[in-house]
Amino acid sequence: MTKRKIQMMLSVNGEDHDVSFLPHRTLLEVLREDMQLTGTKHGCELGECGTCTVLVDGEPALSCLVLGLECAGKDIQTVEGLGTAGGPHPLQKRFAELNAAQCGYCTPGILMAAQSILTKDPTPDRETLREELAGNLCRCTGYLRIYEAIEMAAEDMQHGS
Amino acid sequence: MSEYELNLGFREGGKPLRETVNLSDGTPPPWDLDTKLAVVGKDHPRLDAIDKVTGRAAYSYDRRFPNMIFAKMLRSPYGHARVKSVNLDRAKAVPGVLFAEAYQRPVNYAGQEVAGLAATSEEVLDDALQLIEVEYEVLPCSTTVDQSLNANSPRVGRAPSNVTGPDRAAPDRVARAHADADVVIEKEYRTQVQTHSCLETHGSVSVWDGDELTVYASTQATFAFRFTMARSLRHPAAKIQVVTEHMGGGFGSKFGCDGWDVFAARAARETGRPCRYLLDRREEHMIAGNRPDSLQKCKFSVKKDGTLMGAEVESYGTSGTSARGGNARNPSVYRFRAQFANSRTVMTHAGRGRAFRAPGHPQGFFALEGMMDELAEAIGMDPLAFRMKNDGHPVRAEQYKIGAKEIGWNRRKKSGSDKGPIKRGFGMASARWGHNARPGSPGAMHGAHVRIDENGDVLVANGCQDIGTGTRTLIAALAAEELGLTPSQITVRLGFTKDPLGPPSGGSQTAPSIAPVIRRAAYKAKQDLLAAVAQRTGDDASALDLRGGKVVGGKRALTFADACRMVPGGVVDVNMSGEVADYRLPQYTNEVAGVQFAEVEVDTETGLVRVVKVVAVQDCGVVVNPLLARSQINGAVIQGVSYALYENRVLDRNTGDMLNANLLDYKIAGAMDMPEIVSIAHTVFNGKTTAGVSSLGEPPAVATPGAIANAVANAIGARIRSLPITPDKVLAALGSL
Ligand code: FES
Ligand code: FES
Repeated sequence: MTKRKIQMMLSVNGEDHDVSFLPHRTLLEVLREDMQLTGTKHGCELGECGTCTVLVDGEPALSCLVLGLECAGKDIQTVEGLGTAGGPHPLQKRFAELNAAQCGYCTPGILMAAQSILTKDPTPDRETLREELAGNLCRCTGYLRIYEAIEMAAEDMQHGS
Repeated sequence: MSEYELNLGFREGGKPLRETVNLSDGTPPPWDLDTKLAVVGKDHPRLDAIDKVTGRAAYSYDRRFPNMIFAKMLRSPYGHARVKSVNLDRAKAVPGVLFAEAYQRPVNYAGQEVAGLAATSEEVLDDALQLIEVEYEVLPCSTTVDQSLNANSPRVGRAPSNVTGPDRAAPDRVARAHADADVVIEKEYRTQVQTHSCLETHGSVSVWDGDELTVYASTQATFAFRFTMARSLRHPAAKIQVVTEHMGGGFGSKFGCDGWDVFAARAARETGRPCRYLLDRREEHMIAGNRPDSLQKCKFSVKKDGTLMGAEVESYGTSGTSARGGNARNPSVYRFRAQFANSRTVMTHAGRGRAFRAPGHPQGFFALEGMMDELAEAIGMDPLAFRMKNDGHPVRAEQYKIGAKEIGWNRRKKSGSDKGPIKRGFGMASARWGHNARPGSPGAMHGAHVRIDENGDVLVANGCQDIGTGTRTLIAALAAEELGLTPSQITVRLGFTKDPLGPPSGGSQTAPSIAPVIRRAAYKAKQDLLAAVAQRTGDDASALDLRGGKVVGGKRALTFADACRMVPGGVVDVNMSGEVADYRLPQYTNEVAGVQFAEVEVDTETGLVRVVKVVAVQDCGVVVNPLLARSQINGAVIQGVSYALYENRVLDRNTGDMLNANLLDYKIAGAMDMPEIVSIAHTVFNGKTTAGVSSLGEPPAVATPGAIANAVANAIGARIRSLPITPDKVLAALGSL
């Protein structure tokens, strides 16, 4: 296994970053270990839990199954780019209000998955949410609040608030 | 001393308990049915929610330090083996490997550590682990209760028998109750091993600074963690700080400091570099705890008029290599004339069980509630009416009505009578749990630190952790209630063991235990603040109070911030340890009550069960924050659905290795499997402490599996007495296999 790091530009949350990392590293490792972006969580590293979900060119991707190398020229969005404490995205605002995050470990991944759902379907019904979130496990909440938060955020976004 | 007339109970009905108590000065007035509360009992969003939704919340797995190294252990793939040799030479020669150890101990479960390494990167670790040479002598293993019950099966460890615990026969009075009954039913119920499957795995990061150690641990018991770490390292606890600001789930499995934590701390000490060991998903499933399985042999009896007679349960469960904790618990909530349970732990060559959300209870209540339905069916009585007749609990008496209405119990048909290939069914079950408010232990009482500064900023600190239930927010609400503020005006520091002692999050004791001491400390801070105000204004301090961000009852209109500026020295600082009197008040009942109702659809062609709706009515004492309380109940219900229908640890019976140690083959309920859940957090002013807050994390996990199983039986007219209720079992029960 080569131990030599490679250097490349990665576009994360709309900014270009000059990053050097070992070529076999997954996007999850590059984000967390090489870029200190630990908002994206590590749950299994096997593509089973969804906690590591990020958007790659707008599509949800399990960052533990994507190589950092594959992301050259792609637009990567993580929870850190969704919004801030001072200016939260409607999804973040509603998740916080409704207590859709309990331990919160699944939350960043679910937020990114939700963001991609809303981009494609601004008014998703419950069934769509159930299907689209099937790959994001949550051991704490029972999902109910998550659905409600996404639905309310969808409404906020429709009305531009 | 002040005298109070306590009025305990719940608003919807029941007979209140009135009692007079005398409490020493400095004790906040106890809350009861007559108390007007401004903050407690209202919905408040989680204080740290914004940190969680923006990715800022730092979990142990997220901690990064310059020069950090990584640790991992090589684990036995065999459940039972002798380690003949471990050769670390080639592994040690890999550049970047800084610390290595071998453990040549008898192996008693797959996943047991054989060697440990620490290295500069995870890649180096993975390479080096593969170079460790181990020679095993593989021995025959025993992986199931049935196998281990056989006296000829391989022994686990050095114990004389694989079976431990009392072996008592039911007393005569039970036999007499059976003899006087009209119907006696004998059945065997079984449940599977369930793993906790926390999304953040177990582990920690250890950082030494001279001889001071800080451990960033994913734990639900910061102080117990520190205690074990101190003992394991032979290092003074005063020089160890455990930090747990956020953790990704525990459910009972993260009570203490584990071997891997100690290994990382030692590697950090030896190398002088911070060291991280967070388990991988496979390790998490195999060695970080599970809910023991059960085999429960039940014999219950009843009279034709619905009077319960005898109940006896002989049960066995495996907690892996542990000689304790495998017990199913069937503490009956119903009035039997005579009852008896004998429960034993059976050792197997498998990872140890650990406390798991209401230990022993979901399995015990699955059998108990199944038997209740079988009795009701046998005498032709409605299961709900049957329970109401035999349950003396005042709170559940009300909850049965609330739940039945909410689920639409009148829609329930005779078992097996629904037409068509997809059959609908309704079932129910009860639950109980202790009212677990604890002041700490003698010499180690829980405490709290409240600090109000001249700007009016309020800090409340306790060293316990927030397992995810919202302890931080609960503490803020309690302090805000005393200080006449809102929770968002309070800063809560949680999860640093340098702060006052707090409870472990186990037995659902965190909220009930911490509430009285937080109240007392905040109450003292308020009194100190008001005394300072009175001195300046000439008011009588005892006439003043804090409400709605203002000082009320005095001559001058003052805001909270005005008041804070009047404190000589600028700071009110209260450091308090719990006092026993706050935890010794009369109580309405000594337990929390719950009932659940389930509606299911069973596809009789595929055998698939879909849970349509669950209604959970759960008493949790004084509900501090209904928004968070209902979330807790939702979460317990989904875990119950998951346990009832999907989860099952599968071991290779030849090697003892776990065959589904991942989250694909070990299925936990996902977004698609979610029923509609109606969670009702039922406020009961239960007393016992000045706050009357009670246990919530575990009790709603008790009834769900039983309610679902009963609903399935109602739908298909045949009973499945083993969990999980998978399609093959449904089809077999229908006679289609
Ligand atoms: S960490 Fe990527 S799916 Fe679990
Ligand atoms: S909130 Fe804990 S896993 Fe989802």
